[in-house]
Amino acid sequence: MCHPAWGRARAEAMLLADLARLRRVRDRITREYARPLDVEALARDAGMPPGQLGRRFRLAYGASPYAWLTARRIERAAALLRRGDLGVAEVRSLVGYRSPGVFGTRFTELVGTPPGAYRRGAAAPAAAAAAAGVPPHVAERAAGPAGCREAPAAEPQPA
Amino acid sequence: MAMDITIHTSVLPHEDPDASLAFYRDTLGFEVRSDVGQGRMRWITVGPAGQPDTSILLAPPAADPGVTEDERRTIREMMAKGTYGWILLATRDLDGTFEKLQAGDAEVVQEPTEQPYGIRDCAFRDPAGNLVRLQELR
Repeated sequence: MCHPAWGRARAEAMLLADLARLRRVRDRITREYARPLDVEALARDAGMPPGQLGRRFRLAYGASPYAWLTARRIERAAALLRRGDLGVAEVRSLVGYRSPGVFGTRFTELVGTPPGAYRRGAAAPAAAAAAAGVPPHVAERAAGPAGCREAPAAEPQPA
Repeated sequence: MAMDITIHTSVLPHEDPDASLAFYRDTLGFEVRSDVGQGRMRWITVGPAGQPDTSILLAPPAADPGVTEDERRTIREMMAKGTYGWILLATRDLDGTFEKLQAGDAEVVQEPTEQPYGIRDCAFRDPAGNLVRLQELR
């Protein structure tokens, strides 16, 4: 007794449950962006082997968990640098990077400018956007500053 | 000519109507203003007590008969992976509210954070995967 529609419904329910687990993984990475990425712990929480988690995450979101974390960290770093009251080293450490080299490389890859130069040049455009009355979180969401681009490195652990 | 229009009801999709109802009523403390339909086809109107002019309608996703099967599947998948619905709420007591939400087992996406664009907010998920951002009124 196996109606084809039941099979399809079951497969879809499983897919949706899988996607909801991946959502919780992604939200946890977003929430804990300043901490080192612990793929083993994420996989354990999601109830799937680490390799499978990486594959499914990439399939669902078009980027690896590591790339997602990097994007969140760099996005936050850019936001903090735009504020102008924090130095590059302070910002680097706040977003979870110990190594200035790794931070500088990732930042430049995703933003297009090294962090120091970005900090110096950020004041004018931010003021212009504010003057134009564009709600920044809307503009940022639409433009996705470091949002959707894949970090080019294979899968190194963030420093 | 000046118009007199208010933003009356925003719509968010649900996946499990009872779970969404419990979240907005019990975790966020909203009142339930109407609840029609049955099974998955339920339209539930909720809103903050004392603010009858502003509501959220929790509605079944893709209920329009013109939505194709493929589109319906895509919408449900986007909801599950958390890339579909979102809403912005506000409160005077961000930290107190956040504490309650966290204690109430809401899925936290972002702890209260000072944003460079001049607001302080936090974010969490409702049971259907909608992103709920909550900003501090100040």
